[in-house]
Amino acid sequence: MQNMLTFISNVLRGGASKNGAQTVSEGARLVGSTRSFADFSPQASFDIKKCELHRLDQGPPTQALLTREQGLKYYRTMQTMRRMELKADQLYKQKIIRGFCHLYDGQEACAVGIEAGINPSDHLITAYRAHGYTYTRGVSVKEILAELTGRRGGVAKGKGGSMHMYAKHFYGGNGIVGAQVPLGAGLALACQYKGNNEVCVTLYGDGAANQGQIFESFNMAALWKLPCIFICENNKYGMGTSVERASASTDYFKRGDFIPGLKVDGMDVLTVREATKFAADYCRSGKGPILMELETYRYHGHSMSDPGVSYRTREEIQEVRSKSDPISMLKDRMISNNMASLEEIKEIDVEIRKEIEEAAQFATSDPEPPLEELCNHIFYNEPPMEVRGTNPWSKLKSIS
Amino acid sequence: MDKIRNEQIRGTVKVEQFGDKAREARLRWFGRVLRRNRGYIGQRMLEMELPGRRRRGRPQRRFMDVVKVDMEMVGVKVEEAVDRARWRQMIHCDFQLLQVTVRDALNQAMDEELERDERVFLLGEEVAQYDGAYKVSRGLWKKYGDKRIIDTPISEMGFAGIAVGAAMAGLRPICEFMTFNFSMQAIDQVINSAAKTCYMSAGLQAVPIVFRGPNGASAGVAAQHSQCFAAWYGHCPGLKVVSPWNSEDARGLLKSAIRDDNPVVVLENELMYGVAFEVSEQGLSKDFTIPIGKAKVERPGNHVTLVSHSRMVGHCLDAAAVLAKEGIECEVINLRTIRPLDVETIEASVVKTNHLITVEGGWPQFGVGAEICARIMEGPAFNYLDAPVIRVTGVDIPMPYAKILEDNSTPQIKDIIFSVKKTLNM
Repeated sequence: MQNMLTFISNVLRGGASKNGAQTVSEGARLVGSTRSFADFSPQASFDIKKCELHRLDQGPPTQALLTREQGLKYYRTMQTMRRMELKADQLYKQKIIRGFCHLYDGQEACAVGIEAGINPSDHLITAYRAHGYTYTRGVSVKEILAELTGRRGGVAKGKGGSMHMYAKHFYGGNGIVGAQVPLGAGLALACQYKGNNEVCVTLYGDGAANQGQIFESFNMAALWKLPCIFICENNKYGMGTSVERASASTDYFKRGDFIPGLKVDGMDVLTVREATKFAADYCRSGKGPILMELETYRYHGHSMSDPGVSYRTREEIQEVRSKSDPISMLKDRMISNNMASLEEIKEIDVEIRKEIEEAAQFATSDPEPPLEELCNHIFYNEPPMEVRGTNPWSKLKSIS
Repeated sequence: MDKIRNEQIRGTVKVEQFGDKAREARLRWFGRVLRRNRGYIGQRMLEMELPGRRRRGRPQRRFMDVVKVDMEMVGVKVEEAVDRARWRQMIHCDFQLLQVTVRDALNQAMDEELERDERVFLLGEEVAQYDGAYKVSRGLWKKYGDKRIIDTPISEMGFAGIAVGAAMAGLRPICEFMTFNFSMQAIDQVINSAAKTCYMSAGLQAVPIVFRGPNGASAGVAAQHSQCFAAWYGHCPGLKVVSPWNSEDARGLLKSAIRDDNPVVVLENELMYGVAFEVSEQGLSKDFTIPIGKAKVERPGNHVTLVSHSRMVGHCLDAAAVLAKEGIECEVINLRTIRPLDVETIEASVVKTNHLITVEGGWPQFGVGAEICARIMEGPAFNYLDAPVIRVTGVDIPMPYAKILEDNSTPQIKDIIFSVKKTLNM
């Protein structure tokens, strides 16, 4: 009631500090908050950027349908990923997380869009900037943070760390640049072999795109028509080297040569989703591999030991943050199309903050893995064996 | 523009750091005041408390506050001021031998060799504009430019091969692997193209190349980034493999490697990069080299021989210090070179001590320690052993991430001490 009066008085005052259009939308928002959810639009159709094509006659659709439910889900997932990465940043600075920590904030739309375009039964493999994908592939924030802090509650029981997290149909988390691409082609081979209509999404970065093994994988995937979606997440910098200084050709979507490719705006979750659906359909129809380049950006440096400003300007980072942030873009779209209210979004933010805090609590209080498990899991499905410790009298036990 | 570090200037003209000298002056005065007659106004001033209200904020530091810290730093107590000669001796600050970190030692070595020989150049990931992933090549690109310091894309097999090709044509490349774990991507070029070529061509084609980078375990970098490659590279004829421990090793061995006409693998250690060591004036000279293939006895002893390389040498010295308190004198040998192995130095030591323990960070099977055992057994020193050779190694597992697990996966000082006592039957 009070809000309504303030609103009316503002309008009567002729909008002291706001312009007309804003007042109207604010009014709609105010009115919206007192409405029931049934008054939101259940869905809306959005124009999305056309993809540049390579060896393809037709690309993904230029219009995407987003339901309210989907929008809220994507928002929630992206915001959770964002807050999780920022929490990891905080924990690293407190030296609770150690070693390598490569953060994904800024690139959320890629992970969420891809997951929305494939099925949970499909396969996915990526490199070391993997926390986001670990989450979208079904691991809880609690288990991810506990793995980062090296505790027994971590998804890899504390033995893997940031770069080595695994889940069902998610094959990591790989530390050697480019090595995951032949692995992905192999996963696709298995899908083809089994004939289960599944595809494999194989991700790599702009830095990895110059690895020879990637071209070897392209050749074999195309030769054998493997159902593999190769995705290059181009965030413009391979560690400290910009794409122009590393690659003779920066058209990463064309680098598959004989493999058809498309260039996708990686900051828009809907564009990524439509492109992934298109690519998955292509692969499932038996036409062979396809290549997607996602143009995206990372706010943090390459890893936590890289400030990220020696090879790019702060202004550049700020500009992307203010103009192309994937989470803000989705939020603005939903609110301006009356698919959600600001209050609702704020509520979701509060819930997510709480969830992340609880997960961080767990991750810092969970005990470290017990020493008895030091040598376990060297092999799979093996009888227990003895492992040499640091000296000949130290005989440790290993079970599978 | 030539950068000369302050420590270097001070070391050369043998001058102390100003702060240290000022501290010595403070303590000298303090001693003087204390030795004066009782009731000397200076003594009363030391403990005086000013009357009246204090201002807001942190109380001002007084002479006594500063002197207390000084005394702690130097390790003297107030009571000791009575003895003037002893006091003066204890507070005296000596000019320090130049302290150089391993990182700076490697940097200087490369800088000097780049300057000395035009054919030398450095290539690798992030070595130029980023100043090196671990800042080892800091300042080199600014000084030498694009032609001599080359940033490569992430293509190890490719750029290692390119480096070998350049060496075959007469240049002297330094090929940096960001860590030796990534050298596995390129190992064919190191072994088949670099190591074997001189032999295959019957001496016609030389490959004067240096492969360098951090090797072995770091801190919290998990399984794929923590492997030690000393055994793998040490296995191959045609390669020389060195593993420096301290700054002097780093400088001397890297310079020798660059000047050597053969492929040399330099296994550095990331955890040692930031550690500072004293380097003698001789060690700072532009032509200081350490011969490849010669080990160094870092600490003489006659009860047991500890042989090690890289970071573990420090662990051995620490263990030796602890054992010395119990009357056990360990002889610590720093291998410096993995291939060719300096067996003579080890044998001479075993003849003296009759007990041998090898210490390494890598895995036990087919490792450096295993090779030393075999060589000792094959040679004259076998008859002087009073007990089997003991290998202290990393645990035979991929490196775990969690801190408690990682700490227990590589040799700790207590493991060395335990092994020494076991072999001496104590």
